[in-house]
Amino acid sequence: MEPESLWPRIEPLLLDVQKPARYIGGEEGACTPVHRPGTVSWLLCYPDTYEVGLPNQGLQILYEILNERPDALAERAYAPWVDMEQAMRAAGVPLFSVENHLPAAAFDVLAFNLSAELVYTNVLNMVDLAGIPVRADRRAASDPLVVAGGHCAFNPEPLADFVDAFVLGDGEEAVGEVTDVLATWSAAPTQGRDRATVLRRLAQVPGVYVPSLYVPRYEGGRLVSVEATDGAPATVEKRAVADLADWPYPRNQLVPLTEVVHDRLNVEVFRGCTRGCRFCQAGMITRPVRERPVEQVRSMVEAGLERTGYEEVALTSLSTADFSGIEQLVRDVIGTPRHEGRVSVSLPSLRVDAFTVGTAAEIQRVRRTGLTFAPEGGTWRMRRVINKLISEEDLYSAVDAAFSQGWRRVKLYFLIGLPTERDEDVVGIAELGTRCAEIGRRHHRGATVVASVGGFVPKPHTPFQWASQDTVAELQRKVDLLRRAAKGARGLTIRWHDPEATAAEGIASRGDRRVGAVIERVWRAGGTFQEWTERFDLVRWTDALAAEGLTLDEVVHRERQAGECLPWSHVSAGLHSDFLWQDWQEALAGGAVEDCRWTPCYDCGACTGLGVEHVVASPEPPAGGSQGTGQDLANGGRVPVRLVTGARD
Amino acid sequence: MPGTDARTGTEGGSSSGHPTGPPGGVEATDGPVRVRIRYAKVGKVRFTGHRDVVRMWERAFRRSGLPVAWSEGFSPHPLISFGLALPTGAESRAEYLDVVLRDTPHVDDLPERLSELLPAGVDAHAVGILGKEAGSLQQEVSSCSWKLEVLGLAAGELASRVERLLAAPSVLVERERKGRVVHDDLRPAVLSLATSVAVDAPGAGGRTGGVWIAAELATRPRGVRPRELLGGLGPEVALSRACRMHQWIERDGARWEPLEHGGAGTRVGATHAEERAS
Repeated sequence: MEPESLWPRIEPLLLDVQKPARYIGGEEGACTPVHRPGTVSWLLCYPDTYEVGLPNQGLQILYEILNERPDALAERAYAPWVDMEQAMRAAGVPLFSVENHLPAAAFDVLAFNLSAELVYTNVLNMVDLAGIPVRADRRAASDPLVVAGGHCAFNPEPLADFVDAFVLGDGEEAVGEVTDVLATWSAAPTQGRDRATVLRRLAQVPGVYVPSLYVPRYEGGRLVSVEATDGAPATVEKRAVADLADWPYPRNQLVPLTEVVHDRLNVEVFRGCTRGCRFCQAGMITRPVRERPVEQVRSMVEAGLERTGYEEVALTSLSTADFSGIEQLVRDVIGTPRHEGRVSVSLPSLRVDAFTVGTAAEIQRVRRTGLTFAPEGGTWRMRRVINKLISEEDLYSAVDAAFSQGWRRVKLYFLIGLPTERDEDVVGIAELGTRCAEIGRRHHRGATVVASVGGFVPKPHTPFQWASQDTVAELQRKVDLLRRAAKGARGLTIRWHDPEATAAEGIASRGDRRVGAVIERVWRAGGTFQEWTERFDLVRWTDALAAEGLTLDEVVHRERQAGECLPWSHVSAGLHSDFLWQDWQEALAGGAVEDCRWTPCYDCGACTGLGVEHVVASPEPPAGGSQGTGQDLANGGRVPVRLVTGARD
Repeated sequence: MPGTDARTGTEGGSSSGHPTGPPGGVEATDGPVRVRIRYAKVGKVRFTGHRDVVRMWERAFRRSGLPVAWSEGFSPHPLISFGLALPTGAESRAEYLDVVLRDTPHVDDLPERLSELLPAGVDAHAVGILGKEAGSLQQEVSSCSWKLEVLGLAAGELASRVERLLAAPSVLVERERKGRVVHDDLRPAVLSLATSVAVDAPGAGGRTGGVWIAAELATRPRGVRPRELLGGLGPEVALSRACRMHQWIERDGARWEPLEHGGAGTRVGATHAEERAS
């Protein structure tokens, strides 16, 4: 039975809300599937605004894979902005899909993409707007399943009370296996669906975590264990596709009718990163490195540009300059005669070295406005601790190359509040920035450097997962210290992230299941869109913590001890916990780790545990020297790239 | 965007000079030509903004393979200029844009070809090649005809409000300009105004309940938006739907539509005359 479109009731609301195009759908590439019996219907939800969520590639990949299946369909929903939410609640209009404008509750599954912790209150709000109980244990047989995936699912516990099932890691294969399990359940009349059974069956799908089947135990106010029940696996291992070549998605990237972030063609060139930056959760949980064959990248770029009419393509990954043969690839793309020199290529993550700047110069022939580097730490000592081994010469030569080749503005990303940080490391940020601005002035009078400073939040499944997080006061003191140190430095601007938002991110980043009640309180107090400065207030979070008998000290600032039960210890990104612990100890000792794409394996666990290998097309490390790895590659050491084979046992 | 310059070409295209055909002529334009396109914007897509429409067209032109000319200089851009921005949420049967092409296009099937590349609800309806003396849309369009569906008043009461507005020497409305509230007289911009219950409402999908108003509003010296007009009819009058039906160029006491004026030589598509407001 086809549910009825809400459009006639939505339409009058759109005359009085900001950016009404957020709610109309109609993107090039969108599907308008027909709902019929025998199909599992997914509503893919992004818990932030349309313009932030639409470009999300993970969501678009699943959207296509599901809509290609004869037994499944997928539509999309985004968090309505505050004004629209008000209008919807006043008019009794529930959360809806943007394709057919169907009510969310008419779908079998609401699947949320979790790419940041501060969107958690929006997840609750969207479930509530759908007319579904926010707490999983209150849901009826006829309610849709609420599932979630994405990077933040690697600590699922803060949302464990609200989400029926999480999928860990790459979703390309898992989404189909979950659909298979749901087929019989969804074919039953909605009132007669057996929720408990389908959840138990889902828990048997590799990579699926069903939190209601796991029982946390606390002693003295601390989590001591999380135990599986009902035959669920003791540890849920993440999914990783072995070969990106099998998954050339999205084939029909959505082209929105209205402006969104990253409004361009995106082609993922590889997944995973082995640079080994110790603060970086994305790099740790997406291992191993799997490159897309360059021929497939080329054809995805060509077909995508032709189909969409975009004139910019981003080659995405965690460190695109590391893609084998990147220079030739970008030269080919911009040199294609049909593009008449108008297509630009962007590399969202630049390595810090002059060589990379040369490539950037070649591809950004027009609009040479700003270039961004991420040294992350202010001193060499600090960068050794975080394993981001960029020498000062690397940075200065990169900056010199950027300014000499026409860029006027260089942006530098740094973190403060890192483990072992001393005041001299903070002041070092100002010194590096000042020096970079001086280099810039040799080329242009108006050269500027912006040092953008974020507060460090320790993330699960990283070597820093045990680290203490700085308090708001300490981060503020460091910001002030940095601003004083940068005062009077010509051409240098310091920007910083609100330390209070950093604290709230910390609550959700490493919290255990008890934090769920805190998130619910913040949501009930009106705390949606917490990533938006104008909507954020830390008091809501501290009040909610207090009401639940928790403190920032316990949840956020406290250093975790060896052997402590971490809330995510029953889910695995493939990394051995003893590898992470050793690397944490190495960090404290200032020791570096090399990039295992080009040096022997140090057995972090990702390849061996998952039975997946690095897929790297070139046995040679990228030209340009040691940047970011600290390796001595002067003699161009050729190393085998198929480093490890087979599973451990 | 005034200053559209037909002489500007780019590499690969001819930039040898002016169109060489006679004014209003069809033939022998081996240089760049300015092409004017009339298009509609109806349905869900009406909730997109002016800048969104600009991007839709830029992408459609890129996909079309038409030889769109580009400006030169530090930040080159395609030479496409749009007329008056349509308020977000309003529909239109009469939007226009001018584009400079490096060569004379084959215009016969151009509306269909472009419509296929545009989102649902945005459709090209007519195309004409402009003579070199034609001014820009921004310079030349002097008024627009609207059909508005309004809620909040019964037809009879609305009709008398309309009469009162037309009889008034001035009608002050509050507007915000550059963050400050100002009082503007919108009366001079109201060229005609009438309630009409029986019009065939575009895109109304058979909905009832509102009263329809036909209005012609001047665009100069300062345009009046439909919502501002309704503000002049009373605070309880609410806009339900708006559709721009025509844009007009006034010259020597006569009124022309932008594809009829300015020496538009080759033209395909309806003349729009059948829909002309009386």
